[in-house]
Amino acid sequence: MSNRYMPHTEEDLKAMLDKIGVASIDDLYVDVPGEVIYKEEYDIPSAMSEIELRKHFEELAGKNRTLTVFGGGGVYDHYSPSVIGHLLARSEFYTAYTPYQPEISQGTLQYIFEYQSMISELTGLEATNASMYDGATAAAEVMFMMVASAKKRNRVLISDTIAGNVIKVVKTYASFHGVDVTVIPEKDGVTDLAAIDKELETGDVAGVIVPTPNKYGIIEDFTGLADKVHAAKGYLGVYADPSTLAVLKTPVEWGADVACGDGQSLGMPMAFGGPYLGFISCNKSMIRKMPGRVVGATKDADGKRAFVLTLQAREQHIRREKATSNICSNQSLMALYATIYLSLLGKEGLKEVNVMSCDGAHYLYNRLIATGKFTPAFNKPFLKEFVVKTDLDMEKINKRLLDNGIMGGILLGDGMVEFAVTEKRTKEEIDNLVNLMTEEQ
Amino acid sequence: MKHYDKIIFELSRAGRKGYELPADKYGVDGMAEIPADLLRTQEAELPEVSELEVVRHYTNLSNKNFGVDTGFYPLGSCTMKYNPKINEELAALPAFMSLHPLQDEKAIQGALELYWNLQRMLSNIAGLAEFTLNPYAGAHGELTGLMVMRQYHRSRGDHKRTKVIVPNSAHGTNPASAMVAGLEVVEVKSKPNGSIDVEDLKPLLDDTIAGIMMTNPNTLGMFETEILEIADLVHKAGGLLYYDGANLNPLLGKVRPGDMGFDIMHINLHKTFSTPHGGGGPGSGPVGVAKHLVQFLPNPHVVKREDGTFTISEGEESLGNISTFLGNFGVMMKAYAYILSLGKENIKNVGPLATLNANYIKESLKDDYLLPIDGVCKHEFVFDGLKDKSTGVTTLNVAKRLLDYGFHAPTIYFPLLFHESMMIEPTETESKETLDDFIEVMHKVAKESRETPEVVKEAPLTTLVRKLDETTAAKNPILNYRTLKAAEA
Repeated sequence: MSNRYMPHTEEDLKAMLDKIGVASIDDLYVDVPGEVIYKEEYDIPSAMSEIELRKHFEELAGKNRTLTVFGGGGVYDHYSPSVIGHLLARSEFYTAYTPYQPEISQGTLQYIFEYQSMISELTGLEATNASMYDGATAAAEVMFMMVASAKKRNRVLISDTIAGNVIKVVKTYASFHGVDVTVIPEKDGVTDLAAIDKELETGDVAGVIVPTPNKYGIIEDFTGLADKVHAAKGYLGVYADPSTLAVLKTPVEWGADVACGDGQSLGMPMAFGGPYLGFISCNKSMIRKMPGRVVGATKDADGKRAFVLTLQAREQHIRREKATSNICSNQSLMALYATIYLSLLGKEGLKEVNVMSCDGAHYLYNRLIATGKFTPAFNKPFLKEFVVKTDLDMEKINKRLLDNGIMGGILLGDGMVEFAVTEKRTKEEIDNLVNLMTEEQ
Repeated sequence: MKHYDKIIFELSRAGRKGYELPADKYGVDGMAEIPADLLRTQEAELPEVSELEVVRHYTNLSNKNFGVDTGFYPLGSCTMKYNPKINEELAALPAFMSLHPLQDEKAIQGALELYWNLQRMLSNIAGLAEFTLNPYAGAHGELTGLMVMRQYHRSRGDHKRTKVIVPNSAHGTNPASAMVAGLEVVEVKSKPNGSIDVEDLKPLLDDTIAGIMMTNPNTLGMFETEILEIADLVHKAGGLLYYDGANLNPLLGKVRPGDMGFDIMHINLHKTFSTPHGGGGPGSGPVGVAKHLVQFLPNPHVVKREDGTFTISEGEESLGNISTFLGNFGVMMKAYAYILSLGKENIKNVGPLATLNANYIKESLKDDYLLPIDGVCKHEFVFDGLKDKSTGVTTLNVAKRLLDYGFHAPTIYFPLLFHESMMIEPTETESKETLDDFIEVMHKVAKESRETPEVVKEAPLTTLVRKLDETTAAKNPILNYRTLKAAEA
């Protein structure tokens, strides 16, 4: 019965069965009703050696295409420094589980503490949890935090300028849990702030969630919003791209009580959609409503600095049906990813990544406008992602780009195309993109 | 470095860096186009460290950890089996890792084929019609599964069904997931052996019941022998059966959840299918459903066209979206590699060998540890602490003493059915020698508890840090470096 992952020899089997006092392994299943025992063979392929497995994966890999990416939509082709992969491959990190035994899990606990510290530096909000599944589920949990914090209010406003796939997830969670979600319409590519004012008048709003940058890449101006939301006794949440917070006005500077978003932009591989991480940061007023795990600093019996999971009284494994969230893990290894990324890039590097992405995006934007075939969609400030309008047949053009190994802009309909540029894109790649898009065919 | 105790921020020196970017390459000043009042004014105090310092720092942190590769990790209910190395390597292939999720379908056919193949394999192994791989974790799978349950009743206009039955021995996530899904939890009692009390269940089954959440074997590692009767009762009452796949491992090769009458289930790829736990994640919690529920699975979903190509589809009766894209693809790749490595010849031995290992430990230790329920267990079992209660040595003490001897502790104080629960799950990847070492140490700790209980109560004595002050940590939370620096100043 042995194979490379199961070490039992015939001798082992016999000795173990003798100890247990049964004649065969089947006897360990005597309590299982005969009619549910599976007597067939699974419909899966025969065992593969490493050699065969590798070939199979290479075959599948050959059916994918690695492209020069100019698409964003919440996933950005930022560079991942080599160090990260090497450190993440340390199996003391990745073969551990949740740090239930802090004495032998200080490695995990400390990097989570560092992660929390770094995300808090970015958002400006003091409490960050150990991470969530992704940005969308983090936003849904922020909605629950708002409702739990604002007593007896059950409505949350969310701007339509937050990415569509995030809003969809928020709505799914809301629909089953029983929270009223009102989507605030956009006006000229930004949140219609007057519409928020109007909704706040009804006095039943637990919170408002707005984005930075928004789904069009626009950096919205939320001056005065926090005061209004707070005056109406609601909480303000900002859905943010954490990478951009090295340069853009932070959630705390906008007066937010809570921030969330997706950590993919912190150098994580695009990985066909995951794994990434979601983050949540909040201020003191919401800390005990924050879902998931949190690591705190403490001391051990000898007075030595150490780290431990804390504020666990909030957690589902203790509160069971009183729980306001069911998350009982985190995207720990991706939190380590973000932590190492932010350690390497550091204070200056993350700014430079943004400056370079911003320069590249503006270079592409300027070039597209200069062709005369594209016009600005909104004329609003942007960082690394923007939308232009065109009468060109973009479906056809994107096919042409694909033939040339390029993922072009994301088509938003009505002739609107969204491009993203990261520090990985060269001037030559951008020039090539523009030429391929605008050449006469 | 044995006594390494720095935090990354403490290594920071202004002007040091651990990265390099290309020189200015566009000749454009993009930032100048952004109004100053949209920019941050106070800088983010991220560390400034060199590459080597980063490498050493995190290498040193890794040395403060214990993983499956370090040693035996009998954490009950978590299925800490070996994480094959080839899977890590394959899942890191740039041809998959560099895929943007919104790339043209023609450029992602390999990823979609892998994804679809895994959907089919899991469906076959589970005895169910279809799987979604979108959920990110076990708890996320539970939530998604309960949403399927509710969507099914909604689609029939049956809006009364707002309650879900959960055994009082269930994993803590079950009631929490029910809460989040907007369902009211009704507890059904367990019999002393942890099995559902069918007589207690019967009167609960009225037309307000959406379904029941169960795991089989249950949290005590015992098979629910009355499962077919339970399934029949719940179905006759109009409810659905949800299977918590946390305990699926012992059933591989033996029983398919669908054949027991379950309509919905989740699988923890990070348990049964060997993907690493990653210090808490990322995991993956695919959800499978019986034929009559397929249309309610979340969007988006991967399907195969008649021409053999693959595409991403959206269903109109779907419960909606529960993930940004298609879930933790990187994790799925590892589970897929694992299934192919074992193949149909070996995967059927996983359950039996996991069960053998658990029973072997149980029988070897029941002289020193209190076994509340005798009889064959499945992949795990529960001791109610030491047999000799006169020493005052608790399950927590035993767990901490195990750390001194180089083992990870079992799951402790769960399930809540006993005061001194100690839940042990060895998995099938451990050799008899490893189990014998563990058994020997467990006997030794029992002996120490009788002879020198004060030593066991002081444990751990040899770990890098000792007992932690958790009370102060919770009372005055220090959650980031800024606060810590101020507190230490």
